[in-house]
Amino acid sequence: MKDKIVRILEYLDKLDRRIIFIFIAAAVALPLLFPLDIDFSVTPPVRGFYDTIQSVPEGSKILLSCDYDPGSLPELWPMHVSAVRQLCQKNIKIVCTQLWPAGSPLAEAAFEEVALGEFNKEYGVDFVNLGFKEGREVVMVSMGTSIPKTFPTDYHGNRVEDLPIMEGMENYEDLDLIVNISGGLPGTKEWILQVVSRFHIPLVSGCTAVVAPEFYPYLQSGQLQGLLGGMKGAAEYEKLVGITGLGRRGMDSQSVSHIIVFLFILIGNIAYFTTRKGKKK
Amino acid sequence: MRREVPIIICFLAGFFFISDYFIPQEDWTEVAHRVNQWAIIVIAFAYVLGVANIVRVNSQVIRRKGDDWKYKIVLLCGLVLMLTLGIGLGIERGTAFNWVFMNAIYPLQATMFSLLAFFIASAAFRAFRIRTWTAALLGITAVLVMIGRVPVGEIIWPDFPDFIEWIMNVPQLAAKRAIMIGAALGAISTGLKVLIGLERTYMGGE
Repeated sequence: MKDKIVRILEYLDKLDRRIIFIFIAAAVALPLLFPLDIDFSVTPPVRGFYDTIQSVPEGSKILLSCDYDPGSLPELWPMHVSAVRQLCQKNIKIVCTQLWPAGSPLAEAAFEEVALGEFNKEYGVDFVNLGFKEGREVVMVSMGTSIPKTFPTDYHGNRVEDLPIMEGMENYEDLDLIVNISGGLPGTKEWILQVVSRFHIPLVSGCTAVVAPEFYPYLQSGQLQGLLGGMKGAAEYEKLVGITGLGRRGMDSQSVSHIIVFLFILIGNIAYFTTRKGKKK
Repeated sequence: MRREVPIIICFLAGFFFISDYFIPQEDWTEVAHRVNQWAIIVIAFAYVLGVANIVRVNSQVIRRKGDDWKYKIVLLCGLVLMLTLGIGLGIERGTAFNWVFMNAIYPLQATMFSLLAFFIASAAFRAFRIRTWTAALLGITAVLVMIGRVPVGEIIWPDFPDFIEWIMNVPQLAAKRAIMIGAALGAISTGLKVLIGLERTYMGGE
């Protein structure tokens, strides 16, 4: 009996990773098919993101910078769509830019789904997509002097000076807030270093879970007003905005898969210590 | 002169942009903006160089049938296809470029990222072995944050999210801030060394 247990533990210690993959696949897929609808509370960084947008007066203009690509889409798309939804609900005018080349079609898709599809907003009046501009931090700083000179035409080739939303808009002084959806570099950190500290404009950020801890110092110092970290952040934000989107639907999968990973870590350690003890003897 | 001229250009350019940060005068800012526009144009040309380099490197591999040469053909065909569609027919909604992006690049990149879940699970199983007390500290904290960050954590303990926020706001933040300040001081020192010509590796050969 003892030998059998030792053999099982030795097997678990060297468990084939394909077995782990099967468990993870099931942990992700099954809750999507059979939702558990586990409720959750809203954390202060997410509350900060929501409240900051809520505090922007109706009719104001904000900058939405979509700095990500489809690689981080599962985490960032839910918060991107929800942010556009909250901005449209509040009748805030959106000036959108991208510092990642693959971000432009995603920004277009979000506007099409929410601004045009749900709220019947008018392009060029209620929102504009200025498109992608290479230059990273140089573009951020350049917009501090002149947005129309940095982006002379929008994503569709229109002269930005001819668009009603750009009337009287010169630089960051004419914007009330920056909403950044960030998949990496350039992203939130660069917006803080180059724009917030220099042009004193408030910033809220939605980012992938893996980089979120990096922004906590900026959150505590007040350089960042709110933070959505990964799909959990997106789910909490969806709860505040009052919708059930991809973020909330993904929470059950994330809960079960985290439990599975925890169990594997536990089993791995039990197997490791037991087999090591046996070897020592 | 081959060494002095680049150092002088680097010093003047670096000094100019540092001064632009601290001198918010309109005339000065206007000049800085003009220089920024030049920088944006120069950076845009890097894309041309990048494309030329991809074509050159991959063509060589295909010609001598090196490792994975068949994939290089796919890469170059993709490059030519997207360039032709984008420049020839436009990039807006409803164009062929946008269709390929939304139906090929979009799912492919999202799939690549989602594979991380499997590799992270496998890596966590092997890496989080509690061999030392520091590994125990790392492993226990990682498990707590992992469980506390998902809704099921709240079922286990209703105050779990608050506890995780405390971990993020106190120990995590203290360590992160220390690393950031250290890295920033290092960056300032390296920047100054580059500006005054003590650090010349960017010129190559040294």
